[in-house]
Amino acid sequence: MSSVSSSVRHSGERGAASQPLIRIDGVTKVYRTADGPVESLKPLTFDLHAGEFIAIVGPSGCGKSTLLKLVAGLLTVTDGEIRVEGKPVHGPPDNVGIVFQSPVLLAWRNVLENVLLQIEMRRLSRAEYLPKAQALLAMTGLQDFGAKFPWELSGGMQQRTAICRALVHDPSVLLMDEPFGALDAMTRERMNLELQRIWYETKKTVMLITHSIPEAVFLADRVLVMTERPGSIAAIYDVNLPRPRSLAMMGDPEFVKLAQTIRGHFYAQGSLDA
Amino acid sequence: MKASLGSRILYSAWARPILLIALLLVIWELVIVVFRIPPYLIPAPLDVVKQLVLEWPKLFRESLMTTYATLGGFGLSILFGIPMALLIAYSRTTESFVYPLLVFSQSVPKVAIAPLFVVWFGFGITPKIISAFLLGFFPIVVSTVVGFKSVEREMLDLAHSMKATKLQIFMRISLPHALPSIFAGLKVSVTLAVVGAVVGEFVGSNSGIGYVLQIANGNFDLPLMFAALTVLSLIGVLLFAAVDLVEKLMIPWHASHRTEFHATA
Repeated sequence: MSSVSSSVRHSGERGAASQPLIRIDGVTKVYRTADGPVESLKPLTFDLHAGEFIAIVGPSGCGKSTLLKLVAGLLTVTDGEIRVEGKPVHGPPDNVGIVFQSPVLLAWRNVLENVLLQIEMRRLSRAEYLPKAQALLAMTGLQDFGAKFPWELSGGMQQRTAICRALVHDPSVLLMDEPFGALDAMTRERMNLELQRIWYETKKTVMLITHSIPEAVFLADRVLVMTERPGSIAAIYDVNLPRPRSLAMMGDPEFVKLAQTIRGHFYAQGSLDA
Repeated sequence: MKASLGSRILYSAWARPILLIALLLVIWELVIVVFRIPPYLIPAPLDVVKQLVLEWPKLFRESLMTTYATLGGFGLSILFGIPMALLIAYSRTTESFVYPLLVFSQSVPKVAIAPLFVVWFGFGITPKIISAFLLGFFPIVVSTVVGFKSVEREMLDLAHSMKATKLQIFMRISLPHALPSIFAGLKVSVTLAVVGAVVGEFVGSNSGIGYVLQIANGNFDLPLMFAALTVLSLIGVLLFAAVDLVEKLMIPWHASHRTEFHATA
């Protein structure tokens, strides 16, 4: 590990004393269907530390979205346990925000009101969180768009609104399920830079599900590669590239090598769909 | 570039149907003159207009009766249709029991059973309201069910992740999401309710536009019949426009109202 990284998030530098923020311990998921049980996840065990950015890549249907929904408390584990900040997950935890592939904005609310939906639903004080919402909009370059409606925004702006909504109640964990999958390649790269900056400024723990290997390597501290269904961990790679990372770094030999190694998993499985 | 008055009128939404109607009236008049169609087959538009003016007090009075019956039936359709749709949308058991029966009931021709309502409810306004209700009910149920069932899975996941209660999800997400669909159903329903009311008036009545139509038909008074049909269409158009207006006020954000906004912007 001749890393140039100075980040304390680097796995090798994490002390044993630091308590993991998310602990996934022997988690399995079996879906009951009309054709009998379908095993979605084989026992999974890994930890996420506070402030860490983890990306999860895997073939379609490998259960990576299932894993994210389990952490979000939207699905219940069949076996094993998930803990967020030490508390077992039964139902959606307080300190989690989610971004989905589609921005799922409410058409009848403007951008600011869409962000504040999180506060309303959680029955938090609107007055208290309004400055927070405005600050987030400013951070994502949407300060002038608070009064606009979703259909007046570009896809990238809609997704940034969704990110603001996921962060407005100041959760410690940000879960992202293919957040840029529906965007064009150029916008996607811009959003990657943006997300890196947001992550850097907010110090959230991020779990990003993605199909894009470059995206995973570019953003993450660690890349978790999953196998085909039933999903299990094929490998976990540390990304020791210095931060902040620039798009030019995608041509860096270390970047290319790591992306190539990860890609090798899918070729070996014969199921590349990135 | 400044548009001329003529093209401005041509491009305004309200003028187009009126222009088309005027054109059709001219063609109608011409066809009657050119092909010498006798007035007992098709009346000339001018004769219809004459009857319309001459019989206006009566037509107006009777059209009120029809409007009451229509609104009564439409109101009942909303009152029963939307809760019924909610039951169907939120309970699979109700859906499996009720929906097929509802569809089945729609294939029963209302005209055939309308006389029965007279036997049951007499000659008052009740059988007309029920007839209007039976026609107006179904489209509301169908489109409301679609509206509530078409809330995206991710939207619900999002709401759950925010620890939203069932009531919050209903009020803040499902209901507004279903409104455009509900209004589409209301628009179809209100025009069908007019038909239902007239069907009710056909079979046993001494009032309403349906009754006027029956009398005019019996007397071979074709101009009056066409005048009554004109009034009937007007009722339909006005009620439709009223629902449309309420829709614009309640869901100004919806795509169907946006396009207009863009066109003028």
